[in-house]
Amino acid sequence: MRPSTEEELAEIVQGAAGPLRIRGGGTRAIGHAAGDLLETVGLAGVRLYEPGALTLVAGAGSRLAEIEALLAGEGQRLPFEVPDMRGLLGRAGASTLGGVVAANASGPRRIQAGACRDSLIGVRFVDGAGQVVKNGGRVMKNVTGYDLVKLLAGSHGTLGVLTEVAFKLLPMPETTVTLALPDLAPDRAVAAMAAALGSPFDPSAAAHWPGRGTFLRVEGFEASVRYRAMRLRALLAPFGVAEEVESPWEAIRDVAPFHGREGDVWRLSLKPSDAPAVAARAGGEALFDWGGGLVWLLCDPGIDLRARIAPFAGHATLIRGSAPVAVFQPEPRPLAAIAAGLRARFDPRGLFNPGLMA
Amino acid sequence: MHMPPPDAGVLARKSRIVERLLAVLPEDAVVHDEAETRAYECDALTAYRCPPLAAVLPRSTDEVAAVLRVCHEERVPVVPRGSGTSLAGGALPTADCVILGVARLNRVLETDYANRFIRVQSGRTNLSVTGAVEADGFFYAPDPSSQLACAIAGNIAMNSGGAHCLKYGVTTNNLLGVTLVLMDGTVVEIGGAHLDAGGLDLLGVICGSEGQLGVVTEATLRILPKPEGARPVLMGFASNEVAGACVSDIIRAGILPVAIEFMDRPCIRATEAFAKAGYPDCEALLIVEVEGSAAEIDDQLARIVEIARRHDPVELRESRSDEESRRIWLGRKSAFGAMGQINDYMCLDGTIPVTELPRVLRRIGELSAEAGLEVANVFHAGDGNMHPLILFDANRPGDLERCERLGAEILKLCVEVGGCLTGEHGVGVEKRDLMSVQFSPVDLEAQMRVKDVFDPRWLLNPAKVFPLEASGVRRAG
Repeated sequence: MRPSTEEELAEIVQGAAGPLRIRGGGTRAIGHAAGDLLETVGLAGVRLYEPGALTLVAGAGSRLAEIEALLAGEGQRLPFEVPDMRGLLGRAGASTLGGVVAANASGPRRIQAGACRDSLIGVRFVDGAGQVVKNGGRVMKNVTGYDLVKLLAGSHGTLGVLTEVAFKLLPMPETTVTLALPDLAPDRAVAAMAAALGSPFDPSAAAHWPGRGTFLRVEGFEASVRYRAMRLRALLAPFGVAEEVESPWEAIRDVAPFHGREGDVWRLSLKPSDAPAVAARAGGEALFDWGGGLVWLLCDPGIDLRARIAPFAGHATLIRGSAPVAVFQPEPRPLAAIAAGLRARFDPRGLFNPGLMA
Repeated sequence: MHMPPPDAGVLARKSRIVERLLAVLPEDAVVHDEAETRAYECDALTAYRCPPLAAVLPRSTDEVAAVLRVCHEERVPVVPRGSGTSLAGGALPTADCVILGVARLNRVLETDYANRFIRVQSGRTNLSVTGAVEADGFFYAPDPSSQLACAIAGNIAMNSGGAHCLKYGVTTNNLLGVTLVLMDGTVVEIGGAHLDAGGLDLLGVICGSEGQLGVVTEATLRILPKPEGARPVLMGFASNEVAGACVSDIIRAGILPVAIEFMDRPCIRATEAFAKAGYPDCEALLIVEVEGSAAEIDDQLARIVEIARRHDPVELRESRSDEESRRIWLGRKSAFGAMGQINDYMCLDGTIPVTELPRVLRRIGELSAEAGLEVANVFHAGDGNMHPLILFDANRPGDLERCERLGAEILKLCVEVGGCLTGEHGVGVEKRDLMSVQFSPVDLEAQMRVKDVFDPRWLLNPAKVFPLEASGVRRAG
């Protein structure tokens, strides 16, 4: 099923006899959803783009690449640097805005500009009763009623089918510089990134790629970028000589080191300073983004990583692989009960990607 | 504005309820004497007052949980209260409620510069969070103008913003985790020192839920390294339209100032008379502040000034020292106080798309003339968050009602042009009955379902946010 209007989608949901598997471009879904395929690509199109207000409203089925090209034409972009997961997951197809939101997909700039959920300012969606709900809007500051926008971001299609999304945007920088420190062990690398992120020189990304280097990015107006890069170099001197290098950010964003490789891929969100020890306990290969707050791990297939690294504060998601465990980190009982309660209220018949997150 | 009649059964059981509260709290943490409960009869929306049944001032998460268990069992409504600075009546009591004040929960629990967060108890004031880390070069970004007094608990409840959120975001963008006590006394930990949610983003919906989903007792907040410096430029323009166009051009040019503040003529005149900041005599004034090193500031201000020159400014005053910066901000920061000297006023908080600024200001002018009440505009222009101040005389019969009608018209206008009722103050009771202007019954139902899950008996701050007729069945239990 591939509705081309919100009304059509609402009718499909109202008439659904069983579970629906919701798909945007099919490029980044994780876990196992069962049910009849419901595609949102027909719900495409820019509803409003105001460069002077840094605002975009578009159908959830709009293709990410087309939107990024449109924004680039005005010297603007989505702030959160959307990862392209096709290489990691071995998928084809074209990512959609709805899929990006459903996964709360956020790349290296998350540490400076926030996640997808932080730039998302409005949604429309069809709930499990087939009713159209709107929340948020097209303005940057809005505390009118509950923030269901955040709740829908990262809900992986389990609360409703997104039909329209609104973002605040950022201008593209005039200049970008990446600095690299060579040969640091993970704990030193995380310490170096913490020093940079704790400085006023405002890096827009900080990642450690074992074997390749520890990378810091500075973006903005030319003079400012030059100045901040110079200050960061001095600040990082105790960790080595920081050289200016070509951008590694697309590869880091898309977890390129693990493309086409055997093994399970896990994504850990944790306190940055915990990352080196947790990665060591995990074994396998690691890629550290977000100053250490995000760790991608390539591990032996089939292992229960959570058991291996326990106890740790944060969460681990199985992005790709064969481990016979829940894809999403099981939550403590009261939180799981709240999440189940919300799903039961928004989707009383259990139509949307049932069992995916719970 | 109406509140539901108090539950006669609860009122009749007052002594038993107080006894049960005294059984789980020290004596000095339970306020039940009628003279003393008056201290909690209102928040900063002083037009409405009602003493609560009792007030409690717990000192720990365990005590909060114990209080909520008692109230849950006794089916007593609970109104959480931070510092009572809500402009929307978020902490307004009803006669049958227990006020749960978090003022005694004010400790810093953990400061972690390597991971850039601070964990505090929720009664701590906004400014004192920054106070705890500024000697080490850090700050907490959201800066509501009540920051000297307002509590983090209230900031989370209202998802508070401030003058600098154009660059740093509002509370929800700076909140990493909470300890939340549910109405039945269950304590849950949501989020922490890590950046994103493992399952549904419950933190995202708790922030801004106006104390209706649970009581936040602890919070993990993101702290940021302080910029090297900051300096404003003041610009005067011949019309609101031109000033609005200048704002839009600055944003289009790829410059992201930390603040763009706008004042119109009535506001300039009043603050000038009060604060004598030396503002130019003009129709509209912008204060734009940028951050960075001295050279970065010079570079950005030069770009901004160049854009401003294209709009024929009647005044361009770039700050060159801390003293000049202080003078530029003086009028803006004393704007509300200045208005309070002249008149009673009502402060609105709608947000509009920034491109609609000129049209909305013109229409506000017309509505103001029709109502016969002056409106002064002062607001965060970069993000479209307006604060029209309606001037009235509380001692003149009918003036408050006229003011409220004009306020409602202005907020409807904000919604009509694509904006919203409230950008940072919250709905509370003040905008509660206007919610159906912005939301359909289905939209409101979707929001109320969230409360059904967190607080099935609808005991937490129940008569706020949603129009009474929309929430009636649920509140009746």
